[in-house]
Amino acid sequence: MAIIIDENTNVLVQGITGRQATFHTKQMLAYGTKIVAGCTPGKGGQVVEGVPVYNTVREACEKHRIDAAVIFVPAPGTKDAALENLEAGVKVVVIVTEGVPVFDEIDIVAYAKRKGAYVLGPNTFGIVSGGKCKMGIPPNQYFIKGDIGVVARSGTLTYEIVGNLTANGLGQSTVVGMGGDRAVGLTFVDVLKMFEKDDQTKAVVLIGEIGGNNEEIAAEYIKEMTKPVVAFIAGKSAPAGKRMGHAGAIIERGKGTYQGKVDALTAAGAKVAPLPFEVPALIKEALGRK
Amino acid sequence: MKMFEYMGKELFAKFGIPTPKGRMVTNPEDAAKVAAEIGGPCVVKSQVLSGKRGKAGGIKFPKTPEEAKAAAKEVLAMTIQGLPVECVLVEEMLKIDKELYISITVDGSAKQAVMIASAYGGMEIEAQPEEYIIKKHIDPELGMHPFFAREVIRRMGVAINSPHGKEMVKIIQSLYKICKEKDAELVEINPLVFSDDRVIAADAKVTIDDDAMFRMVDLPFVDDKSPAERAAADLGLSFVELDGDIAVMANGAGITMGTLDTLQAFGGTARNFLDAGGGTGREQTAKALKILLGLKPKSLFINIFGGITRCDDVANAFKDINTELGGFPVPVVIRLVGTNQEAGREILKSIGIEAYDFMQDAAKRVIELTK
Repeated sequence: MAIIIDENTNVLVQGITGRQATFHTKQMLAYGTKIVAGCTPGKGGQVVEGVPVYNTVREACEKHRIDAAVIFVPAPGTKDAALENLEAGVKVVVIVTEGVPVFDEIDIVAYAKRKGAYVLGPNTFGIVSGGKCKMGIPPNQYFIKGDIGVVARSGTLTYEIVGNLTANGLGQSTVVGMGGDRAVGLTFVDVLKMFEKDDQTKAVVLIGEIGGNNEEIAAEYIKEMTKPVVAFIAGKSAPAGKRMGHAGAIIERGKGTYQGKVDALTAAGAKVAPLPFEVPALIKEALGRK
Repeated sequence: MKMFEYMGKELFAKFGIPTPKGRMVTNPEDAAKVAAEIGGPCVVKSQVLSGKRGKAGGIKFPKTPEEAKAAAKEVLAMTIQGLPVECVLVEEMLKIDKELYISITVDGSAKQAVMIASAYGGMEIEAQPEEYIIKKHIDPELGMHPFFAREVIRRMGVAINSPHGKEMVKIIQSLYKICKEKDAELVEINPLVFSDDRVIAADAKVTIDDDAMFRMVDLPFVDDKSPAERAAADLGLSFVELDGDIAVMANGAGITMGTLDTLQAFGGTARNFLDAGGGTGREQTAKALKILLGLKPKSLFINIFGGITRCDDVANAFKDINTELGGFPVPVVIRLVGTNQEAGREILKSIGIEAYDFMQDAAKRVIELTK
């Protein structure tokens, strides 16, 4: 099965004529993603990597069934682009853009909730259903089909860990990037619930980091899960009060600490890997594989 | 971006939130002038982006213009938590009947703004017992309305029909207006003071969302970064200075944290956090390396898992710096995998640097070389 996207998902690329978007459209197509349309206002009628470009999302929706959109437009235009897709009825919106103002993020997430749509990001690497569909920017070669679900806040750290999983023969059902910003569309719990229901997924890797209380809330749900969860939390060595790159990755007022998250997850029955490369062994142990 | 207190108060005044009489000055003579205008006991407050100003002696209470001049002279010569005091705020001394707390900030877990209030202000809100803290989320689609403010005020135990209650309804609405119009991720008044019938913001803490600076054309700019942090920010890189031995660069916030954690687990210490981001090219990488060398570390540790980032660009940056400086002044260890990996490694080999496949092996090696 996989979650959120699969081999039948029709994808629109918003901002497709931009340099990064064009590059990644090519990469996504190479992965097997069904990109049926692109959208850049004023560039309608062009063709990018064989994909027709439209002026508005509504126009694209008149010609194609659009299940999901991936947004590459610069931060000042991201809110407009995201709302345009949600208003047109697109049910999965993946926002790769970094540096989106937090009040714009709040508005996007609130509108998505009203429309019953999923938003991944802003500031996400995207989502990959192993061997079926990739939306976003991760390097293709490390993401293979399998039965491990992965949910993460951070991009390259996910590549690191997924790379380790793949090198150990552990493919992935779906790898979900929630986004590194403070106000993003999905929570760990939202995604864990989907993995718990998904037939293809046999175990879950949760990649968290210091700051906020998402991991602690996730721990409450992990108690109820039947599938094993292995976690890695980045930022053990981070000092309090210093924002480590991501807007959310900061220990403030003694909250969101590494130890607090590890304790909560461990008490919930998850195994926590002290270092990124130790994840595959814990997954194999949990699944009784060699 | 954190704003100085006086800037926050100027912003408050523009949005109709009452602030004490007075203004910011940069020399003792002007401090005396403002004190004379106020015509009574004053407060002279150092303007630095740090809490604990009072404890550091950065807040004085002169009674006359002469005393204000002396107080300003003393405070302007101070350094508070490493920050030199470049200006002071001279204000009327308020008669304080009661101190309260109100703020609006972003709650990432709830994906909404949240109002935090307490009938007991003056101290840090974290120091308050939980039962004195009122939290109410602001639905972004509903926005702020008078009823919201009235409910917060009721829970604070302030009579809604009192002069204080009526003023606070306006203040709370203005606070949210500042958040939305100025992209403020934090607006805090602590304390909010009752002084006879007046309600006055005795302090102002405002933080503007760095990501929204592109549309904040009319705000003053405050540089709250160290020189190295500023240089990195100008390159579009995320950088934090730490106090260890090994200068670190990786691509991505999570993997950079993971790299620091791995170093620490093996007994090393990082001099910094530097997230070079994705797709950083040859020239940018070279500039980032110079920032790292400027920290005078004992060694250099680079961890690149190239997706968008091309390994040959990274390697060429090393080659450029190697040529420019005639070799690296400290040991260099690189983990380099991903896009154009082989080309990158060939280039590194030509300047005598071996690249590693795995982060853990590279981390162990750099710690050995640092000892």
